[in-house]
Amino acid sequence: MRTALLNIRYIALKEIRIYFSTPMAYIVAAAFLAITGFFFVASVSDAFSEANVRGFAAGAIFFMIFLSPALTMRLLSEEQKLGTLELLLTSPLREIEVVLGKFIAAFAMLTIMLAGTLYYVVVLFVYGVPDLGPILTGYLGLLLYGAATLAVGLLASAVTPNQLVALVVGAGILTAFTVIDFVSQRVTGIAAQVVDGFQLGSSFSTSDPRSFGLAEGGHFADFARGIVSAGDIAYYISVTVVFLFLTVMALEIRRWR
Amino acid sequence: MIKLEHMTKMYGDFPAVIDVSVDIQKGEIVGFLGPNGAGKTTTMRVLTGFTPPTEGTASIAGYDVVDHSLEARRHIGYLPETVPLYLDMTVTDYLVFMGRIRGMNDERIKKRLPEVIDRVKLGDYQFTHIQKLSKGYRQRVGIAQAILHEPEVLVLDEPTIGIDPIQVVETRSLISELAGDHTLILSSHILPEVSAICKRVLVIHDGRIVADDEPRNLSDKLQHTERVQLAVRGPESREVVAALRALPIVIDVRNDNSAEARRVSMDGALTFIVDAKPGARAVETVAKTVVSKGWGLVNLHPLPMTLEEIFLQLTTKEDLGN
Repeated sequence: MRTALLNIRYIALKEIRIYFSTPMAYIVAAAFLAITGFFFVASVSDAFSEANVRGFAAGAIFFMIFLSPALTMRLLSEEQKLGTLELLLTSPLREIEVVLGKFIAAFAMLTIMLAGTLYYVVVLFVYGVPDLGPILTGYLGLLLYGAATLAVGLLASAVTPNQLVALVVGAGILTAFTVIDFVSQRVTGIAAQVVDGFQLGSSFSTSDPRSFGLAEGGHFADFARGIVSAGDIAYYISVTVVFLFLTVMALEIRRWR
Repeated sequence: MIKLEHMTKMYGDFPAVIDVSVDIQKGEIVGFLGPNGAGKTTTMRVLTGFTPPTEGTASIAGYDVVDHSLEARRHIGYLPETVPLYLDMTVTDYLVFMGRIRGMNDERIKKRLPEVIDRVKLGDYQFTHIQKLSKGYRQRVGIAQAILHEPEVLVLDEPTIGIDPIQVVETRSLISELAGDHTLILSSHILPEVSAICKRVLVIHDGRIVADDEPRNLSDKLQHTERVQLAVRGPESREVVAALRALPIVIDVRNDNSAEARRVSMDGALTFIVDAKPGARAVETVAKTVVSKGWGLVNLHPLPMTLEEIFLQLTTKEDLGN
């Protein structure tokens, strides 16, 4: 157990170090802050706008569909391309230690990125009287949502040595999970509820452009409103665990091929 | 120390290694010799626990590579053919990371790192990004990670492929030095390399071991003829052929049309390949004959068998190896 934790830590530290020494994480963080900045400004610059982070959060979860896989695409693809996966898997390491270490590194980067957005909260407190509750639940939701998207991205990275393919596959899966309500609208009864139950974040209506950027629908909506429900938390944790498990499986299958 | 029992590895329907059994004792230095695609790398991947065997078993230091994979892997230092390195890391960072995941604590790494860097002569580059290193230096980093944790078994897959000739010589002498401290397996498709380093050679062809012997015995067994290359100036081609064929030890004489031969004949010399009976000291006899005829002896040297010929012999003659 002790060695397992140490191994996870060593893998995570190595990845964080590479994040800071290569441009990708900086590019992703800059894009994330720029895009969410636009959403934040747009959501609070009307004369009667509410002092909250819902606008920013809606933009954040939408663009995490692309930015999370951009953070994770290198993690396992590059190991395969460089052949270093062969060294990892012939060292006394378990696959799950490799996967968890990498996931933790990506999650740490996401947390740092989100910490950058606390600036918006400061702005709210300086120029308005915001309600702290929804802001806190919003950030909790973003961390949980982020963890789920990173796990999906990590699986995509495990199945191909090509980073670009990993990015497209990861973003593709996340988009499908986000716009799954397009499907649920066309079925009825239990089926519609089940399909809806899988919705990752807020979708948008193809017929109403103004619906884009609103944190409605999906498991994120309540977090944005200041409501913490066990179902939503369980959903995001389940997605994270399932996709991390699938990532471990993908690495194990690789041995048997 | 290393044991393979009836090990077969299939990639889909394709058998990469078929029913291989080998027992390697502690301290042995064993060379896997074979052409590309013979099954050398696959055998090494099974031994290092990267891929499990389809049938049969493999064990390192008594630990089965499937059932006690982690324990087996602790005893191994492995350098894959591709020399996998994290290009974005410095040499030191990379080696520290590799040491840690091999279960070394930081104290031991701190003590061991300067020794290893000194041994592979990377002192001037220890803080250089691996990306900026040449192929030869990357190879040294690869060897350094394999020996860092002082494993009992060292597995080196084609350790001299793709580096320049001077570095090949350096790498070979480094491997010879390492041989004393480890049970060592290395693969190669170059016969002289294996003969120079290893005490035992396994010839692998089409997934099977076709010979298992000391390098010298191997070449003795295979060398059914003694072959010399000869270049003479003066006489006509048929005169030379007639004179040499008249010698009782000579089996065959023919004109040599290889590129090297043509280079010599630019001086007006004729080149020949002479096949003689084994152990007949063909070079001496041919030299005497040429000199006694009064011809100019330009070049005369024994030719080793090429790898292709060895494989041809091993794979077409079943009585070998017994």
